Amino acid sequence: MDIKLSRFNGGIHLDDHKSESLTRPVQVAPLPNQLIMPLKQHIGESNKPLVNVGDRVLRGQLIAGSSSPISAPVHASTSGIVRSIGPHLVAHASGQSADCIIIDVDGKDASIKVEPIEVSQMQAADILDHIRRLGVVGLGGASFPTSPKLSRGIDLGIHTLIINGAECEPYITCDDSLMQNQAYETVRGIGYLQRMLTPKKTLIGIEDNKPKAIEAMKLALQTESLPNTAVVSIPTLYPSGGEKQLIQILTGNEIPTGQLAFDIGIFCQNVGTCLAITQALELNQPLMSRYVTVSGDGVRLPGNWIVRLGTPIKYLIELAGGYVQNGLNQPNATQQHLVMGGPMMGFSLSSDNVPIVKSSNNILVMQQQLIAQQPGIHDECVRCGKCAEVCPAQLLPQQLYWHSRSKEYEKVEAYNLFDCIECGCCSAVCPSQIPLVQYYRASKSEIRATQRATFKSDRARIRFEFREKRLLLKKQQEEQKRRLKREALLKKSAAKKMDSSVADPIQAALDRIKAKKSEQVIVPKNITNLTADQQKQIDEADARRCSEHEQNT
Amino acid sequence: MTSVIVSSPYVSQSKSLRRLMINVIIGLIPGTLAYAWFFGPSIMINIAIAVLFALGFEAVILWLRKKSIKPHLNDYSAVVTGWLFALCLPSHSVWWLIVVGIGFAMIAGKHLYGGLGFNPFNPAMVGYVVLLISFPKEMTSWHLPIPMSGETYGLVDSLKFVLGIGDSTWDAFTAATPLDHVKTALRQDIPISEIFQAPLFGKLGGIGWEWISAGWLIGGLWLLINKTIRWHIPVALLGSLGSIAWVFYLIDAETATSPLFHWLSGGAMLGAFFIATDPVSAATTNNGRIYYGILIGLLVYLIRNWGGYPDGVAFAVLLANMCVPLIDYYTQPKVYGAK
Repeated sequence: MDIKLSRFNGGIHLDDHKSESLTRPVQVAPLPNQLIMPLKQHIGESNKPLVNVGDRVLRGQLIAGSSSPISAPVHASTSGIVRSIGPHLVAHASGQSADCIIIDVDGKDASIKVEPIEVSQMQAADILDHIRRLGVVGLGGASFPTSPKLSRGIDLGIHTLIINGAECEPYITCDDSLMQNQAYETVRGIGYLQRMLTPKKTLIGIEDNKPKAIEAMKLALQTESLPNTAVVSIPTLYPSGGEKQLIQILTGNEIPTGQLAFDIGIFCQNVGTCLAITQALELNQPLMSRYVTVSGDGVRLPGNWIVRLGTPIKYLIELAGGYVQNGLNQPNATQQHLVMGGPMMGFSLSSDNVPIVKSSNNILVMQQQLIAQQPGIHDECVRCGKCAEVCPAQLLPQQLYWHSRSKEYEKVEAYNLFDCIECGCCSAVCPSQIPLVQYYRASKSEIRATQRATFKSDRARIRFEFREKRLLLKKQQEEQKRRLKREALLKKSAAKKMDSSVADPIQAALDRIKAKKSEQVIVPKNITNLTADQQKQIDEADARRCSEHEQNT
Repeated sequence: MTSVIVSSPYVSQSKSLRRLMINVIIGLIPGTLAYAWFFGPSIMINIAIAVLFALGFEAVILWLRKKSIKPHLNDYSAVVTGWLFALCLPSHSVWWLIVVGIGFAMIAGKHLYGGLGFNPFNPAMVGYVVLLISFPKEMTSWHLPIPMSGETYGLVDSLKFVLGIGDSTWDAFTAATPLDHVKTALRQDIPISEIFQAPLFGKLGGIGWEWISAGWLIGGLWLLINKTIRWHIPVALLGSLGSIAWVFYLIDAETATSPLFHWLSGGAMLGAFFIATDPVSAATTNNGRIYYGILIGLLVYLIRNWGGYPDGVAFAVLLANMCVPLIDYYTQPKVYGAK
């Protein structure tokens, strides 16, 4: 296959420090005395524990799960007794605790009964369900459940499948070891992905500082003979292993802002995930272990181990010969700095009593005094623009810093803060030693908090307004009701009066008045019902008046 | 065990700010040596006074602002400002002129805005322009280059002059700079070919000046190679200055000087590689730097030909500094994934 490589903007060449952990072959880490299994080891809905304190659990037994489609269950990675279920310190950037199932390992490593499965006869939907039930998540770092991602990819249609074996961060060699060690399984996993996604082509991107891995994968690819698939050696340049950057290198495409890779027909998966898929589909084995690198100048014997999930980091560091005890006469200098992940994008751990989880690829032990950027101490930005030269997202880190510092979050957003992938290139080249990414992380969380608060207050306002409206409506309805009732009553009484069924009420009234008037004929009351005497007196008076009248005239 | 939480990345591969400033100082050496060769050792005294007072003013203001003094003096930015400022002054300047200028540069030009990283204007240029406006006579009294005057001034004589305790016979040697000479002559309608007959001129520019400019060019190229500065501003500045000069030169070579003359005269080379490239006051986007450089080049030509001053680098830089927020706003690069 003819592949034209593109280049992403910026990037930096770093001392890769990969050889330290590759001097010894991969080892299978022995069982620790205790496992710490966080209930949630993926992005999505939390799991609920499915075992009780005191229960005996077996290797491969489901111990925590959720009914949500965006979730991945957790399986016991060896046999033992559930000691407790509750908060325990975990490897998280915030340094917070999370609910964990603590298992006292019995050392027997007894397994549940594993039913053999025949993957060649499974439908795509069955495979998806199987991968989901066995807790497979993306092992590149984000830990997004693989099954829903695949199902979305199938729905949208994929033309290019990209397998990420770039592993661009210094020190980390777990994917390198995995590809050297289990290339065939990994390639078969790619085959299962192809079966479900039916891409037109598949590209396996590996940085050219891993010639052995490239060789192994090419050989496995030939043997397994996957169609339209190629191992592509890409130039070593950090951060080529970022999803956006790898896609840009291999296809020349940029993922438009606000969209995801499968929106442009590209599906990206880490090599570790491919191996986990093979193990799930061929061995019916849940995700219980992973390749982990332990490296850095603070640990005696750097190397790679296949580690059961839940193994405490402390135990792993003991396997790697323990911490380097340097400069005993300088007690402060002996302090080691523990990092989960690589030196560019990892995060500090406040304790080594935290477990390996699905996303743990590397434990980096650095001597404290060699940490490049100490909080709070740096020169001012002189706007030299070296950060902008190396930024793979083509941002202007100097402007982001300026506005982040003065907490002008609207401006920070206008300078596209949320396109920052936090790769750390800008911080690494800053002549003023400004921890730029730290400023961006702070701004991002500040903006998110504001957004959440706005969302909350908006919702409260909408609720309030709705309530007001509802009350008003109720009042209006009541008034309406009352008005109608009143009118009905009035009508009723009027109807009663008009029962006489006269055509013209005015005429009728006039008639009534007329009748009344004609009834009351002008008969003076004092001359009715007169006695004979009274009549006689009246007659006499009348006669007298007449005579007086005649006399006068 | 670890208790300190630090945000990643944990590795760095940057040159320190101090290293960048020292590189600039190293880059200034070839031109400064050429300067001393042609105008005598007094330029060294000027530089020494300017740098010393730059550091002194910086220290005092840092103290007044309750900032830590030592780390800020150690970044060498004050040394660079003082050095560049001294290079702009006439080769023989009286001490108080230098002190007033550098004082204004450091106090008003730099620290009143908040110090390194916050000054919108190039401090050395602010100091220089204040002197140019306030003391026009002192600021335009240049001595003839040594090859012409034949006078060699020793260090002691120079020191006496700078301190104002020497005799005044030196005034006899003052003369206009080549740029000034051309401007005055052109206003009297003397053709270029005749103007360049004057003893002041060498092959390409003024005697001495062409070599000093070549010195800045060498230092500037060195800065480009070791990535202390980027190519955008120098190339755009010299390109636009050369282009516009070339157009007028093509129209009439008797009334307009050649692009080479413009490049090798006055502050063009020093400005292109050392002054306009001051990152704090320059545009910060790559495209913006190109526009910024073009703007300065055009302004320099305008001021040299139709302005009131013989050279225009300082004014051009300050005017372009004012445009920086606008330039930066309209020249943002296309972000990854944007339509």
